[in-house]
Amino acid sequence: MSAQEPTEGVTASRPSMKAMDTSVIKANSGEPVNNIFNVENVDFYYGDKRALKAINLEIGEKKSTAFIGPSGCGKTTLLRCLNRMNDLVLNTRVTGQIKLDGKNIYDPAMDVINLRRRVGMIFQKWNPFPKSIYENIIYGLRIVGINSRAYLDEIVEKSLRRAALWDEVKDNLHKSAADLSGGQQQRLCIARALAVEPEVLLMDEPCSALDPISTAKIEELIHELKDTFTIVIVTHNMQQAARVSDYTAFFYLGELIEFGETGKLFTAPEKRQTEDYITGRFG
Amino acid sequence: MPTSAEHTDKRYEEELKKLREEILYMGGLVEDQIQKAVKTLVDRDSDLAQVIIERDHEVNRLDVEIDDICIKLLALHQPAGRDLRFITTGLKITTDLERIGDMAVNICERALELNQEPQLKPYIDIPRMARVSQRMIRESLDAFVREDTDLALKVCKDDDEVDQLNAQIFRETLTFMLENAQTISRATKIASVSKYLERIADHATNIAEMVIFMVKGKSIRHMKVLPPAV
Repeated sequence: MSAQEPTEGVTASRPSMKAMDTSVIKANSGEPVNNIFNVENVDFYYGDKRALKAINLEIGEKKSTAFIGPSGCGKTTLLRCLNRMNDLVLNTRVTGQIKLDGKNIYDPAMDVINLRRRVGMIFQKWNPFPKSIYENIIYGLRIVGINSRAYLDEIVEKSLRRAALWDEVKDNLHKSAADLSGGQQQRLCIARALAVEPEVLLMDEPCSALDPISTAKIEELIHELKDTFTIVIVTHNMQQAARVSDYTAFFYLGELIEFGETGKLFTAPEKRQTEDYITGRFG
Repeated sequence: MPTSAEHTDKRYEEELKKLREEILYMGGLVEDQIQKAVKTLVDRDSDLAQVIIERDHEVNRLDVEIDDICIKLLALHQPAGRDLRFITTGLKITTDLERIGDMAVNICERALELNQEPQLKPYIDIPRMARVSQRMIRESLDAFVREDTDLALKVCKDDDEVDQLNAQIFRETLTFMLENAQTISRATKIASVSKYLERIADHATNIAEMVIFMVKGKSIRHMKVLPPAV
């Protein structure tokens, strides 16, 4: 199917307050939201296998959007399309457009390095470099030639504070990152991603290997970060999606089934498939 | 997508089923309380009134027990979607049912007082009102079991009939009082019983409104004009 024929999947846009039933009191204030990403009719193929089918989706700026769905539904594939991480996977191909601030990121003229600076990624398993805490954070700045000690010190503190890790590590900045606990290492990875001042943070199951306390810290962090950044999070934990996101997209077998306000999607979803999934009647 | 009416978690499914059964049992008990409460008045049966007052403990016990089941389900399963709507509806329905139970006790208390004095008038409209109110409770619970929003909407509409009967009984008792001050004590008690039945119908309406929320995820509460369909 070519990108010009939007014949399947749902076209998802955030519901506007106007279109809503005003008789029901809404939890969200309904302030206008700018879209940072516009996913338009995206298909993704691993070889011959069509992993994403005509996906249309808008991601709001400085909002948190969760992708949920069973394994193999395409949620991580779509997340990885948003900063072209899938370019690194052999024998894959994408059709349609993904626009970041109106510009197609799959345009050959797009600078992928710059794209990945603007759209950072946090992985399921934390992956600090085998270096000190300090060196981890400034790595991205060092490779572009920034060496001012005062500036780097400032960025390290700012990033660690934003990642809610500063108080725990401020006296040990030059110790190895490997000495930190799992939860701390994950927050260090978030701090490292924030150091290059991205606009969007993609999080792929960021808490699935963490204990409940560390998970709560990361979730708290997501709430704070979305004042400044746009968050897109893939999670298998539906309660987590409900807790941390403003909007939720439910995927199944490569299709976007439903997309809407998280509060609505988890109390009264429109589609039977969504209802069955979130209530555990699935399988 | 392979879907089924049942949860993959069988224990959760059992607990939801138990909640449904308990709500229905409580509904049936409350409906019987109302019917018998009115009977104590119409048949001037004070012994039965004592039995009904005593039996309110069972209604109260169920209220606490069902709340407990709902809170445990919320805490242990973090329900979403229709399960969440079902459980929160359960929490609210039992509150309404418990209040209806209290109204049955109030009717019995007035009956005990009225039964000690000569009957002011033949009871015609009170049993009629009781029949409509009772039917509303039964139908709101049927709507709950069958997830029938049409029936729930009918219950909401039937509330007007009870309101009219209440206004009529109030006018009638007022006439008695105006004509003869000796009747004031009895007439106000009859007017109270009428008001209790009117409140019972309101609670049945609340239940019906919650059923619509449970099934459709839409709230029709506090609307001045009911929608023709949901």
